[in-house]
Amino acid sequence: MRFFEYEAREIVKRAGIPVTDFGFATEPSQAREIAQRIGGPTVVKSQVLTGGRMKAGGVKFADTPEEAEAYARDILALEIKGHMPRGVLIDPKAEVAQEYYAGVVWDGPRKQPVMIFSPVGGIDIEQVAEEQPDKVGRRHFSNILPFSEFMAKEVIASTGVTGGALNKLVPILTRLAKVFVENDMTLAEINPLGQLADGSFVALDAHMDMENEARGRHAKLLADLGVGSEETRQAREATPFEIAGEEVDAQDHRGVAGNVTEFDGNLGLVIGAGGGSLTLFDAVRAHGGKPANYCEIGGNPSVAKACGLAKLVLTKPGVDQIAVMMSIVSNTRVDIVARGVIKACLELGYDPARKIAIFRIPGAWEEEGFKILEKYGVEYADRSVSLNEAARRAVEKIQGVAA
Amino acid sequence: MSILIDAQTTFIVQGITGREAVNLTRECLDYGAGAKIVGGVTPGRLGREVHGVPVFDTVAQAVAHHGAAIDGSVVTVPPAFTKDAVFEAIENGIKLIVIVTERIPRRDVAQMVELATLRGARIIGPNCLGMIVPDVVKMGGIGGPARNAAQAYTPGPIGVISRSGGMTTEMSSTLSAAGLGQSTAVSIGGDAIIGSTYAELMPLFEADPQTQGIVIYTEPGGRMEAELARWVTENESRLPIVAFMAGRFMDEMPGMSFGHAGTIVEGKADTASEKIARLAEAGITVAERIEDIPGLIAEQMQARGTPTTAAAQGGLS
Repeated sequence: MRFFEYEAREIVKRAGIPVTDFGFATEPSQAREIAQRIGGPTVVKSQVLTGGRMKAGGVKFADTPEEAEAYARDILALEIKGHMPRGVLIDPKAEVAQEYYAGVVWDGPRKQPVMIFSPVGGIDIEQVAEEQPDKVGRRHFSNILPFSEFMAKEVIASTGVTGGALNKLVPILTRLAKVFVENDMTLAEINPLGQLADGSFVALDAHMDMENEARGRHAKLLADLGVGSEETRQAREATPFEIAGEEVDAQDHRGVAGNVTEFDGNLGLVIGAGGGSLTLFDAVRAHGGKPANYCEIGGNPSVAKACGLAKLVLTKPGVDQIAVMMSIVSNTRVDIVARGVIKACLELGYDPARKIAIFRIPGAWEEEGFKILEKYGVEYADRSVSLNEAARRAVEKIQGVAA
Repeated sequence: MSILIDAQTTFIVQGITGREAVNLTRECLDYGAGAKIVGGVTPGRLGREVHGVPVFDTVAQAVAHHGAAIDGSVVTVPPAFTKDAVFEAIENGIKLIVIVTERIPRRDVAQMVELATLRGARIIGPNCLGMIVPDVVKMGGIGGPARNAAQAYTPGPIGVISRSGGMTTEMSSTLSAAGLGQSTAVSIGGDAIIGSTYAELMPLFEADPQTQGIVIYTEPGGRMEAELARWVTENESRLPIVAFMAGRFMDEMPGMSFGHAGTIVEGKADTASEKIARLAEAGITVAERIEDIPGLIAEQMQARGTPTTAAAQGGLS
């Protein structure tokens, strides 16, 4: 879960890392008040969860509080890559002597966090790593041994930074590593980390991502920051269709029938499980099909949940037919899913044989499932028909219907 | 032969009285020669039995009751308690731990893996279905009830490694139908950090004389395919590898996660297209469709001088 810049900076500040005297505003008048308090030139920055703010006109430099107010008014109304800003951040315009980079991320294959440090900041660290590899230091640290300052010292020194700068940077990087670990972050980054004319350092921007699975154990921090439990902070906001999918899945605790993502095609998908859904979605598209949605069923959901999901997909505007497909199941019961999707058709007044383009779920309780499908004349396939072939048949059928 | 487990492997089930764990215990006891499940652990349930398996409050009690070291544990406890359960298993001398539990924060997983490494133990998972040696033994829910597992898995020369539990069975079933059985199939889990990656299992398959080829299922997210590509290149592996990459559509949707927690694309190197390129550079064949896998792996095994039953039968084009 990604944090807005103003939240990330607050986290950095709470950790004892020096920050500028910034403020957050949702109204232009608040922006003026903050600029007045700061005194002197300010930067007005759009608070959106997407990159490219500068290019889009979401960052402006103001000389007076009145100018800050005017810029805030413009930026608050400016949509950037489909995102409306949460507010604006008002920052004193700092006189920076040099920009540094400090970050902590996970190294998946190594299974440890890695600190990344560079005396070249303000730009994308991946670009620095490509162009000036000797200017990027990396150091992994243990998950179970306590973090110790020498680790931060080593990574900073490895980039050639020494003297007073080294000694001032060590506590900053140490605190950043602790922020990462203690808050279950997947990314904790200060970029740029500005060195001022007097040699001191201050965080000028911060980027934080918290692992979704760990949100439950940071309830206090999230409440303090005003992050609501309903905020998914995904790459895009959930649509009403997707929220309805969550409701279907939440109706009971048996298995999964949800994780719905909306697309704009005509072929509704009731698919599973995790890997099967990915494979099937690719296969439908490879055959020229247009999925109306992505979803996942698995873990043996109840008839009610399978029915609810099928109904949701069947009633989505533009959906002609649904394809019910899964990789071979061993936990989920074929007959239960079959019952659920047929019930959905019948309750909506549809003929299952007409509405279900194909049913391809082999595995546990398949004989019982296939018997039910046969009774209603639904086309089904066993494991001898590949996921790819099932997807092809579904696409062929719906294209015939649409023609 | 097989990797990691065989008919003699003893293991316990932590969280054995949970609904899924009860089913999993039944399935493992019924499959092949019957798994040697020497105990189960659920705190407060000492003295009960699950399908004849004695239940204990602690792992230490299970070890004492068994009277010797126990080889493995299948951990099925809720996410908030998993780290403690795994630490308990490791500190009681267990060397092979299968973590079934989903939705465990990465930091916890990383801590478990680091302790396991210090103690010479291995973790498979989390968010996985375990592993199976066809007709011999299974450890975990992989393949489901014994009857269903027997339909999909057959003994043979192929090692299977998969980030998806369900797709482990789908691919093995496809291989079996083409006459290519499996030496061992391992569901390694769909999270961003897992106990055993492809590259970490390769040396085991490399050392297993039964294994003549490897089939892997992969997804966007993470760097473990690049790690595999590097391993294959650096170690001049004797084993041909065929990979299947699902989730190609995700390349158009950066920042969104589908299917498994670990599929989130955090950088360019995590995309399906980049991974396919890395794998291909290392000489790993990337199959477009699951049904192409048996033909591709058989062809490569033949090219390396390994006769396969399927190829001998002329069943593959």
